Amino acid sequence: MRTVLFLIRKEFLQIFRNKFIGRAIFAVPLIQLLILVPAVTFELKYVDLCIIDNDCSVESRELISRLEGSPFFNVRYMTWSEKKAEDLLYGNKCSAIINIPADFGEELGAGRPAKILTRINAINAMNGQLTWAYLNGVINSYNENIIAQNQPLMQASVIPQIRVTNRYWYNEMLNYKYYMLPGILVILVTAIGFMLAGLNLVHEKEIGTIEQINVTPVRKSQFILAKMVPFFIIGLVDLGIGLILGKILFNIPFEGSIPLLFLGSSIFLVAVLGLALFISTFSSTQQQYMFVAFFFIIIFILMSGIFTPFESMPLWAQKFDLINPVAHLIRFNRMVILKGSGIADVSKELLLLSGIAVLFTTFAVRKYRKTA
Amino acid sequence: MKRFLGFVKKEFIHIFRDYRTLIILFGLPAVEILIFGFVVRTDINDAGVAILDLSKDETTQKLTDKILSSGFFKKTDDLLNYNDIDRIFKKGHTRAVIVFEEDFGARLIKEGKATVSIIADASEPNVATLVSNYASAIISGFNREMNSTLLSAAPVVMPEVRMYFNPSLKSHFMFVPGVITLIMILICALMTSVTITREKEFGTMEVLLVSPLKPVQIILGKVTPYFLLSFINIITILVLSWFVFGLPVKGSIVLLMLETMLYILMSLTIGIFISTVSKTMQQAIFISAIGLLLPTILLSGFIFPIENMPKIYDYVSSILPPRYFIVIIKNIMIKGTGFMYVWKETLIIALMTVLFMVFSIKKFSLRLQ
Repeated sequence: MRTVLFLIRKEFLQIFRNKFIGRAIFAVPLIQLLILVPAVTFELKYVDLCIIDNDCSVESRELISRLEGSPFFNVRYMTWSEKKAEDLLYGNKCSAIINIPADFGEELGAGRPAKILTRINAINAMNGQLTWAYLNGVINSYNENIIAQNQPLMQASVIPQIRVTNRYWYNEMLNYKYYMLPGILVILVTAIGFMLAGLNLVHEKEIGTIEQINVTPVRKSQFILAKMVPFFIIGLVDLGIGLILGKILFNIPFEGSIPLLFLGSSIFLVAVLGLALFISTFSSTQQQYMFVAFFFIIIFILMSGIFTPFESMPLWAQKFDLINPVAHLIRFNRMVILKGSGIADVSKELLLLSGIAVLFTTFAVRKYRKTA
Repeated sequence: MKRFLGFVKKEFIHIFRDYRTLIILFGLPAVEILIFGFVVRTDINDAGVAILDLSKDETTQKLTDKILSSGFFKKTDDLLNYNDIDRIFKKGHTRAVIVFEEDFGARLIKEGKATVSIIADASEPNVATLVSNYASAIISGFNREMNSTLLSAAPVVMPEVRMYFNPSLKSHFMFVPGVITLIMILICALMTSVTITREKEFGTMEVLLVSPLKPVQIILGKVTPYFLLSFINIITILVLSWFVFGLPVKGSIVLLMLETMLYILMSLTIGIFISTVSKTMQQAIFISAIGLLLPTILLSGFIFPIENMPKIYDYVSSILPPRYFIVIIKNIMIKGTGFMYVWKETLIIALMTVLFMVFSIKKFSLRLQ
């Protein structure tokens, strides 16, 4: 035991000897958290429209004023030139073009359906669909109005209507900060632990000091343990500071139990550090390690379901996520922090995380050779 | 010049000697493009919904079937009362609960209206909004069908839509350019910063500095091989995204190649700059991997559109070069526009390149201590 403590002390000394790293492991996550958390949102605030009104009738003006009145649309440009409208769409100046044909008012006046043509920039498929949905909303209410005017006997209330009310639980205002903070925190802790722990071991290999340890009676498991503990502690401290900051600055609600949160995070850290050390045992230079680690980090992050919904991934990716510790921790964090899930609700995530942790750590200890 | 070529040759030998790194260097971007083209998406299928049907009549049954058969949803559970909702949300597999009020069908006939509540789990607001929107759309479709005979005679506006640039609404169109941008800047910055700090850390930099090579030549020599490698990399990625995702290059390929070269050059100068401010490899890796990774993912418009962010982030993200390259690559590849539409972004990236170069030359000193 004493041996391990000495080794851990040595590791701490080495980490904090480099002034930059010593400060950056705490400062970088916090600064990034502060800057990035408020930025991120999928909410479509408004859509810039370009309208080509070939009709200029009472009806078309009524439709345009309805679009202007809608909080989602911002009528930026009015033009008669097809070419200019396309230019605006190509140059990202507007996201949609609405073309009102010359016979619009006439058709409606004659009691026939009238067409309008819409072109939407759909490179971002999600925004394209949302724009289309909002536009349909405005036009539906315009239509209802026409129907009510034309057939006073057939009031809107006579038509049987199923009404929809939407409610959002656990985050009524759809505040994206609640959603992003736990996620970004996990990413930062992962990136720091994964990069630094592995680099640390490979660094010893590269400069040859690992051989000095290899000739001592230190056991393989003790050595791995000593490499793991400092980054484990740093990870938990980072996590703690991040959560406190989230509470103070962004007012993130804490529904669940904090000890449970730290239990999950601890198991997660063991898993990540285990994998980091495992990879570092078969990398011979820091450069090699860095690329492999980088590969894993990006895959873990982008496949974790933090930025994109888990359900939209193909099945094989969802299966892969069984061994992706980041995916489990992000689900776990959101469940515990925002929904107040108890240990019974998250038992599956905890078990899987523990499994991964044991697996990777065993790999690391077994793969590490004391011979050069 | 001959000296310089010799130096470049040495760098190539260094790179090719470490075949493992080389495999990763070429394998990594290709594999990541493949994975993320398939994985990073925002459309939803098979989201879990639970049904709380307090009425259990013909209409609710029909509507439920319609919602479940849409392909967007799959049923996780039938609930009995309101208390079950919290319980099922806490388990985490249900994204939304659809609640039919009591006497739903009877009310619809008698009073002409009945209410469905869609309760979504908003701990993931993006999914909650999508699920709510999809379900609402299905229900309003159901409404329209129900009343189709009544409404057909009325003069109504019928909007028609053309989804420009991406008619089948694939997520690839948004994400593949983003992944290219992300991976290229990170890999280029990492490679250059590490290879230069490595010489510093091992003390071989001193050997180079006392040689007759000028500092500029040393740096150029370090960067040239990586420039070529990155360029090959980008071509592999573009070919892959064309064959696998059907993402064509609509605009001029020559222009795209030139812009890509500029972007690679810019990324490499960032790497050089990082290496001049860091003493050890760990430090360089820390800055280029951890420092660049998240801001690039989150603020460049790769996943989250910049227009949606609070106004101030328009300025914050304007210092991030990937933001401009994403615009360039989308314009050329997907919209097929010419240089006229991207000259501003190109100019900004070029300026940034010059800026980083000037900084690096100023910071680069002949003495290490």
